[in-house]
Amino acid sequence: MNVRTIRTIWLRELRSYANSPNAWVIAAIFLGLTGLSFALSVTGRYPEATIRGFLFGPIGPIGAFFLTILIAPALTMRLLAEEQKLGTMELLLTAPVRDIEIVFGKYLAALTILTGMYALTLYFPLLLFFFGSPDVIPLITGYFVLFLVGAVAVAVGMLGSALTANQIVAAIFSLAILLVLWLFNATAALGDPDHAWTDVVTFLAMNEHVRDMAFGVFDTRDIIYFLSLIVFFLFLTVRAVETRRWR
Amino acid sequence: MIEARGLTKFYGDFPAIEDVSFAAEPGEVIGFLGPNGAGKTTTMRIITGFTPPTAGTAVVAGHDVQEEPLDARASIGYLPETVPLYTDMTVREYLHYMGELRGMTKSRVRARVEDVFGLCRLEEYTDSLVSKLSKGYRQRVGIAQAILHEPPVLVLDEPTIGIDPRQVVETRQIIRGLGGDHTVILSTHILPEVSMVCDRVLIIHEGRIVVMDTAERLSARLGGVSRVVMDVRGPREQIQKTLATVDGVSEVTLSDAGGRQQFVVECAPSRDIRVELARAVADHGWGLVELRAMGLSLEEIFLRLTTEDEETAA
Repeated sequence: MNVRTIRTIWLRELRSYANSPNAWVIAAIFLGLTGLSFALSVTGRYPEATIRGFLFGPIGPIGAFFLTILIAPALTMRLLAEEQKLGTMELLLTAPVRDIEIVFGKYLAALTILTGMYALTLYFPLLLFFFGSPDVIPLITGYFVLFLVGAVAVAVGMLGSALTANQIVAAIFSLAILLVLWLFNATAALGDPDHAWTDVVTFLAMNEHVRDMAFGVFDTRDIIYFLSLIVFFLFLTVRAVETRRWR
Repeated sequence: MIEARGLTKFYGDFPAIEDVSFAAEPGEVIGFLGPNGAGKTTTMRIITGFTPPTAGTAVVAGHDVQEEPLDARASIGYLPETVPLYTDMTVREYLHYMGELRGMTKSRVRARVEDVFGLCRLEEYTDSLVSKLSKGYRQRVGIAQAILHEPPVLVLDEPTIGIDPRQVVETRQIIRGLGGDHTVILSTHILPEVSMVCDRVLIIHEGRIVVMDTAERLSARLGGVSRVVMDVRGPREQIQKTLATVDGVSEVTLSDAGGRQQFVVECAPSRDIRVELARAVADHGWGLVELRAMGLSLEEIFLRLTTEDEETAA
């Protein structure tokens, strides 16, 4: 892999994000809603000096985890679908560039933007330190697992964007996969709790793997789970880009 | 510089091209001529490494496009049929991006971008957004990105389609100027364009190469004049008879168009008998109002070439 090529693509995508209103609107929504979650969680009847309210959300789906799943498809839908629509894919695929470099450059750009949004929420823990005495470990592992969820969500978004030239279809496809991946364990409640499948769907669900780290427990199994998902979806994305050559 | 051997591409059961073989020498400008859907774009996409062939190999600048894709692609500048441009970039940004993507150093990109602005006459639009450019200028930006990294091989798919006549002329001049330094393959379905721009012509029809020859020999082979339309004032039957006796004429038909007497003279494609026809009319003292040669249309050339092949095969 050529790092320079990846860097070139990464920079171009970052500039493209900066120049379009898309990323700014998404960032505003994300920061507004997570700010609300955080504020509610520290001002309620039983306030606690943690970022768990920010991560999970005190009411409905407005925590950072679930919002990540909602905004990642919107952030990534353009990346490969637009290249196919504009015909620039033909140019990229005939440049002396590997398919994997194209995927990596774009993946890193979207992940950079998402990480930037996360970074802008770092004033939450600062406020905790200012007004209370929070545990440091759950703050670190909490942000780390949030980053991992974001990295998976962007990888899934890349796959959706690679499969179609239509951005809306790309976003809906990625969102569907992410929702299933996030809420898979809910289906366990429907069946026999002793059945082997119950363990499988529970293991596959993302929200089973965020809990420990959100509470400050570092488990390598969770990290391997997230890394496997990232590799899996990026691999499928590279293959999807390859199949573009056959059509 | 470019060598294609037995290129075949199937889309499902449909053969887009079959057994296409040709070679291009350094500095040569080769024109792919054929109607829409003949397989020009498919052939070009295989050479540029965009699409893998079902069978056959293509070697560009010594690199097999399948075995050493990156080296082969690095030696090619490619202008696809729909000019691929990022509409949210300025011309300068776009060219810088394309240059860096092809592994050029920053300083070389900077120098070359200024060069191609001049070569493609884009000086006035260097900092315009691509989305604001007219079609002709977009085409030039497309050519600019193709020649930016000074590739030994250029592949231009329909470079003059959809732009206004003045820009067509300019674009052809640019391309003609590129031959010599670059080996150029271009596709077109405009017949005169080939003779203006190309050293050699390759005619593709229904996925197969029908003929490959120099432009001059091809036009000689197909004959400059094959049909002459004459508007003559005088006794029609007599004129028709007289014209039919001119050496080389195979048939004379009469058509009354808007009250004028038009004679359509079919003649052997290898000879120009316009002078003889004019003399025959003048000798009888009739009034020659119009005499005009009708070239072969592309369809007629294909018809002629494909039937020619069948005749030699039979």
